[in-house]
Amino acid sequence: MNTENYEIVPLRHYGRWVSGAVVIFLLVLIVRAFVQGQIDWPVIGEFFMAPVLIKGLGNTIIITLLAMIMGIALGVIFAVMRLSDNPVTRWFAGFYIWIFRGTPIYLQLLIWFNLALVFPTVNLGFWEGRMVDIMTPFFAALLGLGINEGAYMTEIVRGGILSVDQGQLDAASSLGMTRLQAMKRIVLPQAMRVIIPPMGNEFIGLLKTSSMASAIAYTELLHRAQMIYFVNAKVMELLIVATGWYLIVVTILSSLQTVIENRFAKGQTRNSAPSLLRNVVRIMSARRGMAGGAR
Amino acid sequence: MNNRPPMLQAQNVHKSYGRNEILKGIDLEVATGEVMCLIGPSGSGKSTFLRCINHLERIDQGRIYVDTKLIGGRIHKGRIYEQREAEICRQRMDIGMVFQHFNLFPHMTVLQNLIEGPVRVKKENRESAVERARKLLDRVGLKHLEASYPKQLSGGQQQRVAIARSLAMAPKLMLFDEPTSALDPELVGEVLAVMKDLAESGMTMVVVTHEIGFARGVADQVVFMDEGVVVEAGAPTKIFANPENDRTKGFLVNVGK
Ligand SMILES: Nc1ncnc2c1ncn2[C@@H]1O[C@H](COP(=O)(O)OP(=O)(O)OP(=O)(O)O)[C@@H](O)[C@H]1O
Ligand SMILES: [Mg+2]
Repeated sequence: MNTENYEIVPLRHYGRWVSGAVVIFLLVLIVRAFVQGQIDWPVIGEFFMAPVLIKGLGNTIIITLLAMIMGIALGVIFAVMRLSDNPVTRWFAGFYIWIFRGTPIYLQLLIWFNLALVFPTVNLGFWEGRMVDIMTPFFAALLGLGINEGAYMTEIVRGGILSVDQGQLDAASSLGMTRLQAMKRIVLPQAMRVIIPPMGNEFIGLLKTSSMASAIAYTELLHRAQMIYFVNAKVMELLIVATGWYLIVVTILSSLQTVIENRFAKGQTRNSAPSLLRNVVRIMSARRGMAGGAR
Repeated sequence: MNNRPPMLQAQNVHKSYGRNEILKGIDLEVATGEVMCLIGPSGSGKSTFLRCINHLERIDQGRIYVDTKLIGGRIHKGRIYEQREAEICRQRMDIGMVFQHFNLFPHMTVLQNLIEGPVRVKKENRESAVERARKLLDRVGLKHLEASYPKQLSGGQQQRVAIARSLAMAPKLMLFDEPTSALDPELVGEVLAVMKDLAESGMTMVVVTHEIGFARGVADQVVFMDEGVVVEAGAPTKIFANPENDRTKGFLVNVGK
């Protein structure tokens, strides 16, 4: 039978049309509800770029960034401790994780902030000061969020290290590398591929968790929004502004995550496909009429 | 033959994992420039012994000397002090090791794999390390692949890179742990050719292998190991043509001679 000239009839997905229509209908309902609801839309526009809120946003980003850096550093240190041959360090790392993962972050923030109640003064030998002066909302938030994050990062980093084949360590050792060198140059860079995706999620999670620091008067985004609505009573409007900002930052972080993941995936595929970023760069430079493009 | 001290000397080497004694007193010697092939059934302790030579495993009893230096210990005033990490690392620089599964660093290009040891461990300057690395890649026939990542190479190419990576440290002794048993049959030849070339250039080598043809053609000495002991050792002609021990005979019949 010669079927060469037959027309091919593509499969029709009627179900998709129906479910698509339902979803669009629901969306229209929700949008209509908000438009007709008692929301003062101009207020949202007015406060979206308000310097007070932008400063709050800046503080949110700063505390998230610093706490994350602290979390990663603690995560690497405690992961290595957990995997060490020394039972004491192994136990200590386990204890750290148990404490800080086992209690609510809100509680931990309150404890750091109120540390002056049990330790009124800090004595470092060469320097002495009052705890209330040191444990500012910023510092308490940093310690609370960072140390808590470290406990989660420890498990993530440990999983990453364990995912690297033992043969890699053998090869590094046989070249004369110390354990520390092998860890830094060979094991951790490979562990990164496994660590980065959950780390991106941690970062985004931390950004949102940092709003808890408003409880100890750290002036991050939500705290600022609250301060404003206590005065002008535009509660919902300011909460929507905060929502918008969180979504914007999270979206930026998510795309950044993709770029970084691609970077650490190098050498992992047989025919090294150009990364998303490189593709974008290539297309953009081609549009601008640049010769060659990115290679 | 020559009266230089042996490159490798193992005396009564014992090693256990828990209650399980894997090496039960290994004695052997490899002269400088000699190639020794180590054969034996699976689980007989060949890999374990190889890993003891460069102190990837710590031995429980006995002594191993490489180039007359005691592995893992420092002799001082009638005592042997266990070495620190830095000293162990320094000793390992003289001992190259090639693994069954290549163990190339997948996040680095071929060239980076080759200069990692010289630059990071030996603190050699980058230009001269790169220059030497390129010569070595040329020697194993892979000069054109220096910018590739290991995953982009065939198994045979990866193993040749792994050999070049070990050679980049300018070792005095090379250990091979079944370097061709993870390869497709048609790729075995290219790796054995590189090893043969290396043997002819005078490198001292200890090779765990099931390639009887290679052992027969290249080895100066063949050692048959079983259940943690050396059962029989001697020239390949003797071991392969008329083995004395029944266990050796049985093994050789099984691997098809
Ligand atoms: N890290 C370890 N812990 C416990 N037992 C081990 C360990 N490494 C090896 N063994 C055991 O030691 C024995 C010898 O292993 P080894 O790898 O040295 O054998 P082999 O002669 O190299 O065998 P093959 O030809 O299969 O590679 C095996 O029974 C193995 O199960
Ligand atoms: Mg083995």
